[in-house]
Amino acid sequence: MKNVVKIQKVDPAFTDRRKFLKISGLTLMGTGLLLAGCTKDDEIMSSPDQNGLISKFGGGHFPGVKNGVFDLGGNDLGILTYAYALEQLEADFYTKVVNASGFTSSFTAEDQQVLVDLYNHEVIHREFFKATLSTALPNPKKQLLPDLAFDYGGLNFSSRSQVLATAKALEDTGVAAYNGAGRLISNPTYLLLAGKIVSVEARHASAIRSLINPNSKDFAGDDVVDPTTGLDVKKNPSEVLAIADGFITTPFTALYLP
Amino acid sequence: MNILKFIESFANESLMQSKGSRRESFGQFGQLGKNLALASIPFGLSTFTNSAYAADISPTPSTPTGALQLALTLEYLEKEYYLLGLQSGVIPTGGRDEKVFMQISDHETDHVTFLINALGGPGSPNVVAKPTFDFTVGGIFQPFTDYATFLALAQGFEDTGVRAYKGQAVNLISTPDLLTAALQIHSVEARHASEVRRLRGQKGWIIRNDRGGLPVQAQPVYNGEENTNQAGYNTAALFGVDAGTESFDEPLTTEETVAIANLFIV
Repeated sequence: MKNVVKIQKVDPAFTDRRKFLKISGLTLMGTGLLLAGCTKDDEIMSSPDQNGLISKFGGGHFPGVKNGVFDLGGNDLGILTYAYALEQLEADFYTKVVNASGFTSSFTAEDQQVLVDLYNHEVIHREFFKATLSTALPNPKKQLLPDLAFDYGGLNFSSRSQVLATAKALEDTGVAAYNGAGRLISNPTYLLLAGKIVSVEARHASAIRSLINPNSKDFAGDDVVDPTTGLDVKKNPSEVLAIADGFITTPFTALYLP
Repeated sequence: MNILKFIESFANESLMQSKGSRRESFGQFGQLGKNLALASIPFGLSTFTNSAYAADISPTPSTPTGALQLALTLEYLEKEYYLLGLQSGVIPTGGRDEKVFMQISDHETDHVTFLINALGGPGSPNVVAKPTFDFTVGGIFQPFTDYATFLALAQGFEDTGVRAYKGQAVNLISTPDLLTAALQIHSVEARHASEVRRLRGQKGWIIRNDRGGLPVQAQPVYNGEENTNQAGYNTAALFGVDAGTESFDEPLTTEETVAIANLFIV
């Protein structure tokens, strides 16, 4: 079943960060307990600044189950969790590609070399985020995004054109996602790590595009790089998740990401 | 820092009796010094020299303006390189290569315009002047008559661009709009780098610190890319060092970027 990912609009009450901080600050003064009105599972940072996390991440919501659905959370750890979700998708896709029965017959030797490399890279990215989040989250048992499930509909993994077209969409989306997310990251270490990954995604996108249409300028085509400014695509999490929605069957929300 | 400047800076009185032109002084080394110099001097060593030449660019401050200024110098270099390449006739016409380099050239021209405007527009005191470039590095390379050399230097410039923008991202963290734009240029450089590498028969991604057949002087473009430790995670754990290092591109510092750029500035 498609469209089960629930991309929900940010609650207007929380779009103004100052307003949100004010609310949590009041709660902090009043009770020192979790923000009133939230369910037991919510992981809202309203306790005293343990480990300097509020100053480090600007306050906000940790990833975790809210109202029965996993929410990606807000701020830096929310962005890392969002990236982890996207890398899970890419890794899963290429895992299926390289393990499909017709892999060695459907693809040229060059295709295979590129696709195996992309499989390796995306699995490494996924495991990197899993490890990094497991260290950075205060309570990874509850806050680490679970393994997502995916459905590619009628995609024929033995069809060169279908696989490469999907790979192109995923890689271009990855580039757009990291380009759009950079400004949402406040910790310089995380910004640099995202930067180390996005250029590899862009290298992938270029290579896939060049496999599809080698005798062309598609590697950095006008459909992704604006021909008047020379700037690549960028997208906000809500735009990206609307695309990823087509492949991810595990419900989750992104209440605190723009 | 032109490699000839570098050689000059090491020359002592007994080797160089008088200060002639750079080309003349080069000749005074004789074959021994020349071959030794050409074979063994990497870009990065130039940072050890004391004598700075007036034309060399200096490290830019760790500020948003400084980041854009360094980026502009690199984009000036790339823009001029591809325009000269397209004019020279060295690029095979009518096929893939020409389409690729016309597209890359268009993007680098756009990037120069974008950065000048981001720095306040033409005439702004923040806009650094275009340096004078020597892409032959004093006659060592012939990129505009030898296509293999043209491709090799293009790869070096694009991979440098990717790493340099990455290194400047943190300097733009306080200016989100500029950071976003820089990231949007950064990924375009990576698309270019991948394609140029593939035109050369290389993988689109950097393996360890392998310079992929580029001249030894290009090694500083790749040093540091062998890193397998990302925030404590061992990227080589699952599929080995090659895949681990391919998966992450590393930044260049301002000083490392400046040292590479200065090789081509006279």
